[in-house]
Amino acid sequence: MTKGISSSKSIGFSAVCLAVLLVLPLVIPQFYTYTLALIFVISLLAMSLNMLVGHGGLYQFHHGVFYGVGAYTFALFITKTSLPVWTAFVAAPLSAAAIGLLIGWFCVRLTRLYFGMLQISLGSLIWAIGFRWYSLTGGDDGISGIPVPSFLASVTGSYYFILILLVLCLIAMYFILHSPFGVSLRATRDNPERSEALGINVRHHQLMAIVIATFFAGIAGVLYVVLERSVFPDLLFWYLSLEIFIMCLLGGWFTFAGPILGAAITESLKIFVGTYTEYWTLVLGIILILLIFFLPEGIMGYFLEKFRPRDGARVPEA
Amino acid sequence: MLRVESLQKSFDGFMAVNGAGLVVEDHEIVAVIGPNGAGKTTFFRLITGHLKPDGGKIIFNGRDITGLSPHKICKRGISMSFQVVNLFHRLTVFENVQVAVLSHQNKTRMLFSPAANQSVPETREILASVGLADKADRIGGSLSYGDRKVLEIAIALGNQPDLLIMDEPTSGLSPEETAGTIKLIKRLSSELGLTILFCEHDMELVFSIAHKIMVMHQGNSIIQAKPDEIRNNRQVQEAYLGISD
Repeated sequence: MTKGISSSKSIGFSAVCLAVLLVLPLVIPQFYTYTLALIFVISLLAMSLNMLVGHGGLYQFHHGVFYGVGAYTFALFITKTSLPVWTAFVAAPLSAAAIGLLIGWFCVRLTRLYFGMLQISLGSLIWAIGFRWYSLTGGDDGISGIPVPSFLASVTGSYYFILILLVLCLIAMYFILHSPFGVSLRATRDNPERSEALGINVRHHQLMAIVIATFFAGIAGVLYVVLERSVFPDLLFWYLSLEIFIMCLLGGWFTFAGPILGAAITESLKIFVGTYTEYWTLVLGIILILLIFFLPEGIMGYFLEKFRPRDGARVPEA
Repeated sequence: MLRVESLQKSFDGFMAVNGAGLVVEDHEIVAVIGPNGAGKTTFFRLITGHLKPDGGKIIFNGRDITGLSPHKICKRGISMSFQVVNLFHRLTVFENVQVAVLSHQNKTRMLFSPAANQSVPETREILASVGLADKADRIGGSLSYGDRKVLEIAIALGNQPDLLIMDEPTSGLSPEETAGTIKLIKRLSSELGLTILFCEHDMELVFSIAHKIMVMHQGNSIIQAKPDEIRNNRQVQEAYLGISD
């Protein structure tokens, strides 16, 4: 079961990390606070994707769309309606989950690569809408200067808001992945035919996972707007989806927190190597090649495997 | 308990199962034997719903289950352990069995209760009864082949079946492992009161534990009788036992 690493040790480790992250903005320059907040947002997005890729075995190739839908919904609610701000916070993840349900409903009828291909196509459709519908979405200009509540006005304010929501979402994800649903989802990933024979409705479980994951992606979209105050069609573009997919593989897709590590590495590369050369993706590419050859289970997957107790007792997966 | 009448299934014109029939009574251990290609596995897969029959009838506990989907048949109380080991290879041994129990108890959609609190006693009991309790925390895919075969049976038990169908439970096992499986089958029958239907190539095993044996030949059931009668039946000797000598 899930004793060992996931219990006291990792709770202690997480608490230390959280304490450090709470103190950091007081001592580091604002640029780094902003960078960390951005990494948190992308981490949440990658974590939501990994619920499907790592735990559900679903090739959700265009997961970024639901992030974009969350961000756009939030932006549109604030700029185009006079409803109270909290409705925007609620509507954004819900609309992401609704689009997730719609696209997922078609995709779960297909398996493996075909699932992924249909998912890319339908996701790109959403991107095209965001890109073309000038009167609503501002087309390729997007929407900028989105007003947010005053407590989010400073970078530090939004940093803490994003951090708190990230932690809450991670706790919720942890519970979901350790619930009977989580175990059953991993069973459908490992062996859909046998799951079906045991009486598990595989498609229904996959669709449920997609709705949950896209809901979290929608929250990540909201957090992006909180930090950046703008939206643009790139948030819906497949390139972002590819990036977060790589983060999952890089960090360790069969682990719980691996995608956070993947997101931190990729985003740091982009920001820090990106200031020296526009070819920072070259570095990422080399890391990926090494990963495929030497760490097929991702970085965190590798270390959990390496330091697991002897006698083959298992590493908690979720 | 189970009555199969003139079951038929063809693949591209080849009659894999051609009029096979079988009666299994409560608490019996019934073996199906026959040469390779006689249609044993197809016959089982028709009963469990993994294949749809072209003709014939399958009655289980008085109800017609012909052509139902696998999970409906599973809910009615028939479980199957597969010849080719068919596990959840990244889950622990415990979770492999737990999933089956969760599914049986309709708990697979529970989101807000830790899995560590659900269906635990039932799962532990099954693991203990098959002798995998001490390996509960190992990953399914890391077990030895013999243990994986046993886990395969344990998953099938997770649905609390009335009838357990086993497709060659000892294929590929060493003599010691085979002996262990024989003991396990006997225990499942005597302690849990399970009705067991299995097919097997190992004649020694078949004659040592089966209450009744059904012989299949070219997709048809040519006889079903007690082991002694089978041994002395000329038709069987010609069709099967003779060939294996």
